[in-house]
Amino acid sequence: MTSVLAVLEQRDGALRGVSHEVVTAARRLADALGGTVEALLLAPRPDVKGVDALGRFGADKVTVLHHATVFARYAPEACARAVTTRATGGKHAAVLLAASATGRDLAPRVAAQLGVPLASDAIDLSADGDALVVTRPVYAGKALLKIKMTARPAVVSLRPSVFTPVERPKAGTLETPSLASGDSGRVVVREVKAAPAGSLDVGEAPIVVSGGRGLKEPANFKVLEDLARAFGGRAAVGASRAVVDAGWRPHADQVGQTGKTVSPTLYIAVGISGAIQHLAGMRTAKVIVAINRDKDAPIFKVADYGIVGDLFEVVPKLTEEIKKLDG
Amino acid sequence: MAPKFQGVDFYEVDGLLSEDERAVRDTVRAWVDDNLIPIIGTQYSAGRFPKQLIPAMAELGLFGANLPETYGCAGLNNVAYGLIMQELERGDSGVRSFASVQGALVMFPIHEFGSEDQKRRWLPQMASGQVIGCFGLTEPDYGSNPAGLITTAKPAPGGEGWVLNGTKMWITNGSTAQIAIVWAKTGALDDPGSIRGFLVPTDAKGFTAKDQTGKLSLRASDTSELVLEDVRVSKDALLPKSEGLKSPLSCLTAARYGIAWGAVGAAMACYDEALQYAKARVMFGKPIAGFQLQQARLVEMLSEITKAQLLCLQLGRLKDQGQATPQQVSLAKRNNVSMATDVAREARRLLGANGILAEYQAMRHLANLESVYTYEGTHDVHTLILGQEITGLNAFA
Amino acid sequence: MKIAVCIKRVPDSETRVKIAADGKTLDEAGVKFIVNPYDEFALEEALRRKEQAGSGEVVVVSLGPAAAQETIRAALAIGADSGVLLQADRVPADGLEVARALAAELKDGGFDLILFGKVAIDDSNHQVGPMVAELLGLPCVTAITHLELGAGQGTAEREVEGGIEVVEFPFPAVLTTDKGLNEPRLPSLKGIMAAKKKPLAVKPITLPAGSIEVLAMLPPPDRKAGKIVGEGGAAVPELVRLLREEAKVL
Repeated sequence: MTSVLAVLEQRDGALRGVSHEVVTAARRLADALGGTVEALLLAPRPDVKGVDALGRFGADKVTVLHHATVFARYAPEACARAVTTRATGGKHAAVLLAASATGRDLAPRVAAQLGVPLASDAIDLSADGDALVVTRPVYAGKALLKIKMTARPAVVSLRPSVFTPVERPKAGTLETPSLASGDSGRVVVREVKAAPAGSLDVGEAPIVVSGGRGLKEPANFKVLEDLARAFGGRAAVGASRAVVDAGWRPHADQVGQTGKTVSPTLYIAVGISGAIQHLAGMRTAKVIVAINRDKDAPIFKVADYGIVGDLFEVVPKLTEEIKKLDG
Repeated sequence: MAPKFQGVDFYEVDGLLSEDERAVRDTVRAWVDDNLIPIIGTQYSAGRFPKQLIPAMAELGLFGANLPETYGCAGLNNVAYGLIMQELERGDSGVRSFASVQGALVMFPIHEFGSEDQKRRWLPQMASGQVIGCFGLTEPDYGSNPAGLITTAKPAPGGEGWVLNGTKMWITNGSTAQIAIVWAKTGALDDPGSIRGFLVPTDAKGFTAKDQTGKLSLRASDTSELVLEDVRVSKDALLPKSEGLKSPLSCLTAARYGIAWGAVGAAMACYDEALQYAKARVMFGKPIAGFQLQQARLVEMLSEITKAQLLCLQLGRLKDQGQATPQQVSLAKRNNVSMATDVAREARRLLGANGILAEYQAMRHLANLESVYTYEGTHDVHTLILGQEITGLNAFA
Repeated sequence: MKIAVCIKRVPDSETRVKIAADGKTLDEAGVKFIVNPYDEFALEEALRRKEQAGSGEVVVVSLGPAAAQETIRAALAIGADSGVLLQADRVPADGLEVARALAAELKDGGFDLILFGKVAIDDSNHQVGPMVAELLGLPCVTAITHLELGAGQGTAEREVEGGIEVVEFPFPAVLTTDKGLNEPRLPSLKGIMAAKKKPLAVKPITLPAGSIEVLAMLPPPDRKAGKIVGEGGAAVPELVRLLREEAKVL
């Protein structure tokens, strides 16, 4: 019986939302292969908030491997070793991780240790006999590459916000072994400093409200922050390269070729003209809304819905209407 | 925000360049995009030469780039030098003029006509941008006819050195320069054979430089009048190997060579801007690039640029072989500057009303190129140089 | 300090992507190639560290076709001391094979640091650097935006969702670099001339195909044409209605 290993993430004692996406993708793949989903979470303590819900998304078995000091924070070498140990022996058809900051660091280590290739940032995944077929963006999203992976396991990292979590309940049997070795490895994460401002990361938020030079001044980003807040914690504020280079917004918020590539459910581009490099960063969003006073702005060509007008008039009105919705 | 310049190369001229030449071109191109283009519109409007760029230009190695490494220069070949001028003028003719003067009109004559001492004293400092120079040949009454210049250099009374008297006009870098190469007659005023070059420190007593005002062209460049009233210089000021009119003329040929390339750069900038604009500007429901008259404009521009590119490259190769004649340089300067003014004008027209704004490049290039058409030998003078060359008959006067 | 910087020759980020006739690769006609932008941060960091130490050596290593010599020369022009090209006409899609070839070359180099850009902008794989580290048994920190070096050990920072990880590691180590680490310098024209005299070794290699097979390269899915809902604040209620009832995202 083949299985798919889903490697999950937690932070500060709670399961990270992106983990549901990984389990969902694992479940879909396991169903195609007629197999099971094993979820693996490395945590400081066995009781991680949200773990009990993993069965709902399709995990047959959930393992929380814990160690108070080694897994207090991400430990690249210890985590890689733990995943590799679990995945050795070829019992898994695939090892899936989120292509989050941690996943991007962990996946190549695991793949190299297992001596198998890695497909990064996948947006689609299917089985072809014993092999895995993965679709992933290349050239900053200007093209898609469809590849076949014949090694076992195939290690794949998944682009966040693409594999919408779907409930497909399975047993979700939980076991909580503790890690035997106390060795964190040579690379030690001393601390995680708070990032300036916003808590929700642009790369993972389901709704992104992005601003460009049309905002005219850094202080005016407040109208976007108000709009983001109106979505009740589901929205992050992004920025075009122009305003990041001008120092108005931090690089972590930049959407575009040299910033983050995002795939939110809803992307609202405010005062952004739509240069190719920006489009490369958000064109895979499910729904794109553009607000710009120039009706010839290229952004309107990619937007599903657009409003031509003064953003200082339109955005506050939108904030008002959104607030009315949820009540 | 304009996308980065991708080059204009319809005939794969890049494939005819060496790896180094491409690398030089790419480096200066990136530097111009990052440092010059963002500020040039405002500098031009304000009538200011962006002096703050001098240290970066020097560090890049732009000054006297085709002079030997022994003197602190980059030691590039002439094709690479031409490509530098092309990219600088793609930014602005005034800024390219600064580099032309510094390299071809001051460092070149020092290298060509100076003593070893003079070379060692001045060239490294000029390569590093610490010393700026200017070239004093043209006078208020002697432009196209430099042979008639009336600035004099007489032996100083009581022994060593010289005393210079005269006025020079239209001198690029004049007010910024620490050193001026002044061409003056040591003999009779009707004897152009007595013209010699003198290295005059601009802080010498009796020397004044004053910027000419009211310019509607080359506004991002310092153009000055120089007045020499009994300026005394030591005997070491004479460029010992300078001899007659042919000396300053050979400097002009060196500068004109760079200008032939520079004009192509200006034309490329105008064409690229016009093309991007035409593709984005929608009128009557479609981009104006889809209308026949605008396509004709763009095609004409591309044709002229392509021809001029090939002209420059062959000229550069000839120069590197030591075979380029002044007349060959004349043909390139004349042709390329003329075509560039046409390209700039047509680009300005394609841009419509937007084309009159400093935010767009075409009109600035158009205005600048009028100066480039006139200086370093007017278009008409080059016509006569070539006419004489091919017919054997002097039609100057 | 002996530092190796691994660089990759990639198509310029402004390239319009056209798929070749084989349906699997990029059509390279008219494509301009550059040093991978993320590798520039790595090269700049290496040069700064060498300058700070007062002495040392920066070696640039690249795996690619013969034309990658020009890419290495560009790095030499910026200031690297020597270069090595592992010349392979066919570079497999399998990053692990690339990592194996690089690791074999770097193994006995005695490097204090081996730097990579965090990702190449063509394949977007995000993997070769850390894979090389694993193969060489070296500590590795990825996507660093800040670096401090002490005696035999260093501290780096990297962006994670909602925070910045502060990571300590010993040398020798492999680091991959992200935007924000430094401001890469341009080559000087003298540097371009000097690059010609610096050693550049070309070593032809053949890599195994690996176990990733490219089935196809496809254009991104076309988005359906959108519509302008209206003008100004008055159009907002209709927009919200459409997002709710038609797009179903609210």
